[in-house]
Amino acid sequence: MSTMSIEKREQIEAHSREARRKKKWNNFLHMVGNHSLLITLSVIFIMPLYLVIVLSLMSKGQAETRSLWPHPFIWHNYVEVFTAVPFLKWTLNTLFVSVMGTIGTVVSSVPPAYVLSRLQWKGRHTTFLVLLSTMMLPGQVTMIPVYIIFSRLHWIPSFLPLIVPSFFSSAFSIFLLRQFFTSIPDEISDAARIDGCSEFKLMMRIVVPLAKPAIAAIALFAFLGSWNDFFGPLLYIVENQDLWTLGIGLNAFQGIHHVDKNMMMTASALFMAPVIIIFFFSQKVFIEGVTLTGVKG
Amino acid sequence: MSQARVVASSPFKKKGELAPPRKKLKTPWLFILGCMSPWLFGIIFFTAYPMVSSFYQSFTKFNLIESPKWVGLENFHRMFFEDSDFWQALKNTVWISAISIPLRIAFAMFTAWVLTKPKRGSSFYRTIFFLPSMVPAVAATMAFTYIFNPAYGPINRMLEAIGIKEPPFWFLDPKWSKWGLILLGLWGIGDTMIIFLAGLLDVPTSLYEAASLEGATSWQSFRYITLPLMTPVIFFSTVTGVIGSFQYFTQAYVASGQVHDYSHSMYFYATHIYFSAFRAYEMGYASALAWVLLVITLLCTLVILKTQKRWVHYPNGSLFK
Repeated sequence: MSTMSIEKREQIEAHSREARRKKKWNNFLHMVGNHSLLITLSVIFIMPLYLVIVLSLMSKGQAETRSLWPHPFIWHNYVEVFTAVPFLKWTLNTLFVSVMGTIGTVVSSVPPAYVLSRLQWKGRHTTFLVLLSTMMLPGQVTMIPVYIIFSRLHWIPSFLPLIVPSFFSSAFSIFLLRQFFTSIPDEISDAARIDGCSEFKLMMRIVVPLAKPAIAAIALFAFLGSWNDFFGPLLYIVENQDLWTLGIGLNAFQGIHHVDKNMMMTASALFMAPVIIIFFFSQKVFIEGVTLTGVKG
Repeated sequence: MSQARVVASSPFKKKGELAPPRKKLKTPWLFILGCMSPWLFGIIFFTAYPMVSSFYQSFTKFNLIESPKWVGLENFHRMFFEDSDFWQALKNTVWISAISIPLRIAFAMFTAWVLTKPKRGSSFYRTIFFLPSMVPAVAATMAFTYIFNPAYGPINRMLEAIGIKEPPFWFLDPKWSKWGLILLGLWGIGDTMIIFLAGLLDVPTSLYEAASLEGATSWQSFRYITLPLMTPVIFFSTVTGVIGSFQYFTQAYVASGQVHDYSHSMYFYATHIYFSAFRAYEMGYASALAWVLLVITLLCTLVILKTQKRWVHYPNGSLFK
């Protein structure tokens, strides 16, 4: 009797061991499957960037031979690009426009977002709805009259049309900040108000420090929005070569005398580099920003 | 901070909802006006006035030098009956939206779904998948036109190596150029993917567990659990996709410049507006084009909104009821 039960128990244990091993094996197979799929996709996503870098290090002759590996490595391309075209000037122009645009967006978007989320007032809902609907409005509808305003002001070509509008709030940034501000508990504000804190102080000293991640997100989106912008510069600065940004300059690359394909890729790589570096240091901010609003700036 | 979290998750105040009315404080109107003023000025000078103005201009002939001349509906007549470029641009735009919007949604869903699978390392892959969407459009387009070039680009060499005998000429072939742009768009899927990923991670795992206990295959649990719960995200991406595709400009403009697109295979609606306004300086005609664009986008959005009752499932009731 007792031997039977022992035998049976052993049998059961052997079974379950077998099952566990099978499960482990299955899990392992799944893991291998998943990761090979993920690695394949990663290779596809990285491939264009890899090719840009590889091509940017080739000689002019080799860049036109469909080869996949530089031989020899021409590191000098990265020096030459600064002398072949006014690359430094383009970079500084782009940087200037982007930094000013970022400052403008942050300074002019925090206060509206604050009063739209932290204060009760009549007309707040309507204002917010108007704001949301302007986010959906295609830019082409307002583009021409805005262009005419700037041309009447004799601001074309100059950086002003690219910078000044950002000081008049961005609906997207207000929306993102508002989403974040509403999640800060009202009790904090109430306590400060009872202590006689003014609304302005409350905004600057209490809400803004608490909302640093959201402000970082709109600053990043604004910066990248200007850095990557092509249409604005195309309208407003294309006539004056001294004002060219990287996007405009790069697009005109082919037409510029003595510039070769490999150099084009060198310049592209340098144009992408800051964005990629910024992204690696701040991807959490980005991903949260995208998730919070459902759109990229 | 812990207190903040408790309050934020209390049942009275959900995220995105307005705070409940509290005891009346005196409304600081001056402060509110001061804070809203940048936005107010912006909306007056960069939205409201321009809209009125461009609406008026759409009924005029206006070349920026002389003052606008009223021509009634002539611009619209010209658009629909005389301007073959308009039809070409519209056809191209509709074609690329019809293909790329569903493809983008499917690809975003697929990449996001793959990212939910591994127990470890998914943030590493997420970084890689997201990265291309950050790359400046001009640089990305230049890179694509170059590496897809049939003569010296490495992509076709790779395709030949895996056995594709005559790979397409991509941007150089009017039949394939739009596919080049679609691939470029799919490469930069990252931001859409993140929204899908957030949606997928919101699906309660208990549903999948229940389904697997009932013996559902993974296709079934995708079809009957994931897909219905993802419909709000799909709906949102469709709407933004339609709005976006009528403003699709930079990639097409840069690519056509790089390869000299004489056949206008990459000539889209936004390109047509740009050329009418800033190359031909026909501001009145371009304004008319812009208003037709607004009407088309609104109509498309409306149609999608109307159909949403049939296919969009909101777990807590519809947002637009």
